[in-house]
Amino acid sequence: MAANQIEIILSRQLADCLSIPIFLTDPEGNLLFYNEPAEELLGKRYEETGRMPVEEWSTIFKPIGEDGNPLEPQDLPLVKTLMHQRPAHGTFLIESLQGERIKISVTAYPVIGRPDRFLGAVAIFWKTE
Amino acid sequence: MDITIWGTRGSLPAPSPENNFFGGNTSCVQVTEGDTLLILDAGSGIRRLGDNFPAGVSRIDILLTHLHMDHIMGLGFFLPLYNPRMEVNIWGPTSTKEPLLNRLQRYLSPPLFPIRLQDLPCRPNIIEINHSTFSIGNLAIQSAYVCHPGPTIGYRIENGHSVLTYMPDHEPALGSAHFPDEPEWTSGYALARNADLLLHDAQYTSEEYEPRVGWGHSSMVDALKFGAMTAVKKMLFFHHDPSHSDSYLRHLLNKALGDKQPPFDVDIAAEGDVFTLP
Repeated sequence: MAANQIEIILSRQLADCLSIPIFLTDPEGNLLFYNEPAEELLGKRYEETGRMPVEEWSTIFKPIGEDGNPLEPQDLPLVKTLMHQRPAHGTFLIESLQGERIKISVTAYPVIGRPDRFLGAVAIFWKTE
Repeated sequence: MDITIWGTRGSLPAPSPENNFFGGNTSCVQVTEGDTLLILDAGSGIRRLGDNFPAGVSRIDILLTHLHMDHIMGLGFFLPLYNPRMEVNIWGPTSTKEPLLNRLQRYLSPPLFPIRLQDLPCRPNIIEINHSTFSIGNLAIQSAYVCHPGPTIGYRIENGHSVLTYMPDHEPALGSAHFPDEPEWTSGYALARNADLLLHDAQYTSEEYEPRVGWGHSSMVDALKFGAMTAVKKMLFFHHDPSHSDSYLRHLLNKALGDKQPPFDVDIAAEGDVFTLP
């Protein structure tokens, strides 16, 4: 059992306390955690999905661009953040694991610990009308 | 590996007749393995270590957990630093921007202290660490940031047979809805796992902790949970609150234990304690 580093632990504890949907990954993009509000948005409890590699979560929720075409993983804000270690923002549709289409905005930011250690990324989701 | 406790108090020295047994000096622990001498933190307890310094030692490694005053206040009063023939290495946590040397100099320079750090006769080497593994003599050392305000690291020290873990300032329960049920999501777990001896923050009672969440310290009950989660063999409560007298500390330990004996030895660290790990 690999222990997480303090910056990731505290990011997860913060996400756990908040009522906005949050996604947390490691530097390779492996999904480490999403909180209860994200469970509601995505239609699946984290305990049911567990840790997932980026290739899986970036397609499992079927992201669709505003033009109706499927989004490539590299176009997702969280994947951009993982690739470039910079914040990213975007609005698109997802199809939840329950089959519901939801328009969301996502803001992602890198978790960079002292001294300049890239440890992962956080994505915050908002349902968009 | 011999471990000698020179200071156990947290936050502020608290010398008084009521504190004579567990001591009033702030954090300082000596670790000796053959010719290797480590000093964990430089609280006020380090002054007495200097007065009782073992003969023949020519190198000292001072491992600081962080730079709060109670952990560095003794540095300028540690006599071996005034020996120009002594090799002194001061290890401490990396910050975001400011070098460790500059941060230490805020205290070790006028007007707070008459002698500048760089003017000490031993000319100490300043070494920054974070999530690091390194060796000093025959000791393998692992450091990692732990949950405490400001850059703060804990230490895991191994001699090939035994493990000593030192986390005097640590709040593993902060913000966790699941503490202590998720080890991999708990600060300090990797440092303390299966340690033979864990010196851990136990500054507060549960009642004192409640209005102090986020201050970076543990209640005794949380410290016991952390010890059980990490499966340590022995735990010493450390970083005693300055307001807790000897008799009150004994009362608090009994209260924290309640009717349940944890699956490891627990005691309250006292100045002058000596432990030997094989």
